[in-house]
Amino acid sequence: MSFAREPLPKATAIQLFKSLYLARRSEEYIVKHYPENLMRTPMHMSMGQEFVCVGVCSALEGKADVFASYRSHAAFLAQTHDTDRFFSELYGRTSGTGEGKGGSMHLAAPDQGHILSSGVVATQIPVAVGAAFANRQLKTGRTAVVFFGDGAADAGVFWESINAAALFKLPVIFVCEDNGYAVDTPREARQMSKSLSDVVKPFGADTYEDDSGDVESVYSLAKEAVAKAHRDRRPAFLNIKCCRYLEHVGIGTDWNWGYRDQATVEREWIDRDALKVQRKRLAEHQVSEAAIAAIEDEIDKAIQASVKRASQAPIPTPDRLHAGVFYEKA
Amino acid sequence: MRKLDYAGAIREATTQEMERDSRVFVYGIGVPTWSSIFGTTKGIREKFGEERCFDTPISEDAMTGFGLGAAIRGLRPIHVHIRVDFMILATNQLINMVSNYTYSTGGKLKVPLVVRAVIGRGWGQGAQHSKSLFSNFTHIPGLKVIAPTTPSDMKGMMISAIRDDNPVICFEHRWLYWAEEDVPEESYEIPLGVGRILRPGKDVTVVGLSWMNVEARLAADILAKRGVSVEIVDPRTLAPLDENLIVESVKRTGRCIIADCDWVDSGFSAELSARINEKCFGKLKAPVKRIGFAQTPAPTVRELENEFYPNARTIVHAVEDVLGLEAANLDGEDFFSHERRFRGPF
Repeated sequence: MSFAREPLPKATAIQLFKSLYLARRSEEYIVKHYPENLMRTPMHMSMGQEFVCVGVCSALEGKADVFASYRSHAAFLAQTHDTDRFFSELYGRTSGTGEGKGGSMHLAAPDQGHILSSGVVATQIPVAVGAAFANRQLKTGRTAVVFFGDGAADAGVFWESINAAALFKLPVIFVCEDNGYAVDTPREARQMSKSLSDVVKPFGADTYEDDSGDVESVYSLAKEAVAKAHRDRRPAFLNIKCCRYLEHVGIGTDWNWGYRDQATVEREWIDRDALKVQRKRLAEHQVSEAAIAAIEDEIDKAIQASVKRASQAPIPTPDRLHAGVFYEKA
Repeated sequence: MRKLDYAGAIREATTQEMERDSRVFVYGIGVPTWSSIFGTTKGIREKFGEERCFDTPISEDAMTGFGLGAAIRGLRPIHVHIRVDFMILATNQLINMVSNYTYSTGGKLKVPLVVRAVIGRGWGQGAQHSKSLFSNFTHIPGLKVIAPTTPSDMKGMMISAIRDDNPVICFEHRWLYWAEEDVPEESYEIPLGVGRILRPGKDVTVVGLSWMNVEARLAADILAKRGVSVEIVDPRTLAPLDENLIVESVKRTGRCIIADCDWVDSGFSAELSARINEKCFGKLKAPVKRIGFAQTPAPTVRELENEFYPNARTIVHAVEDVLGLEAANLDGEDFFSHERRFRGPF
């Protein structure tokens, strides 16, 4: 199922490409430099499934309150494009999103709409429902979006949250990044239902399925879902099939675990990698190879600059340990 | 000044804050219904509408996350649990999320969330409607925990809790709801983290938690007749604790009994005892003594219930013990009986 009913405008295609490229290249930097042991925080890599967050966050055009899981990198970068604070946090610097106290699993830039990602499966889901309530009461015009894996749909709080959002008539956008596995346990071993959407629908949410692996499809779907959610005052459930290229946590591949077949994953997913597809699309939009390369070069340089700034930023002094347990007025 | 009961103090604090600040709302299972959490939320829906006072599905986990989300995006929620036993379902959110949102964001996000939890013994409540669990929450950095005893303390501390930019868990012993005293009609704050000497004395300090202050006062009256002077200290806020007030009292009296309405093992009384021993070691004339629930699940049958729960009688005997006095015959004394106020079923 694909939602790109007609080609998106060139400017949008470029934006989506940039956002995908930023997330991918940031993580490629991590893969390369993680072994230096200077980013000492468990990393749950988004690589392969960035198109989900990029498509949804781009569709919201910055007016989203994003809640994400520990697989937070793509969600953070798709919403904020802020590689400075991103790398600073991974390197544990005072200039990071949580002055080093959060790390990869707890990225937070609430001023930019990435509220806080969470390390316990499904815990971020109900928080988005409350944020949607606040947005309605305070008439902020913002949309609460929550990203989670299919593993989170095993948890009771997911169903509680869907029910509450529908009951309270809140336009929460529930986005399931359905990569098919909870660590290495397949969905079939955890859930009886063939389709999550079929179970979610009677709770009173609009449901959308997408297995295109395509960022433009997700973008179009999210646009439609968000508009309908606000119009009809009800939540939307987006089940987006995707593939995690790397292991559950860490920077390596996990083909040797035996739970999935490398050749199959390559054929079904990596061969139609969303970033590659989007790059080709730019060519179809008559963006020259040189222009594409210039875009890529600019982003690569921005990442390098952010890493450099992070490495030069101060490490928190010991007295910061006790600071911020409670909120202090500025 | 007029008399107001503890339930009324909560209702008045909530109402006054909702009038003052349109971001405040109150919600939870049974909150707007006729019984209205022992009357503490009575009339609020009628006054402020269903968007600011509402019922919820029996989904404590999600509804706590809901409060967190509303709090960090600009509202000031009050979430009510009619039993702390049911709030256990909310602990994933309270302990994994609510408590560390400020810290993990480097102090950027505030979490102005009040979580009210009803505790305490009723009428054969048994094992699942009777807990206190103070220390389960005081153990967690990032949570403030209060347990006011008097109606005037409750009003001022509830107002402070609602205005606080941090999560505050408020424990309310259900037997206190009908306690009455003079409570100012105007709005006022009592700062969190400040304890109170409920009764000055010189021979022994009783640190009372919540309802146990009522029992301690009864015990102090009985002991006064024998010339024993009891000082009662109510921490009021359990976290952050006004340690100094307690330590100074114990240094003066040299003796301390901690009267908790919770289990003793690894309970809040253990924390208090450790701190008093650390700070008063050379001044203690007797070991710190702790009183609390029997280390069993709460039984239902009345005769065992009476053994399970500590009361004024327990405190009198503990005081006699630390002072080396003979156990007095308490047959003529008039002890509190809940049944004069209330019969079941709830």
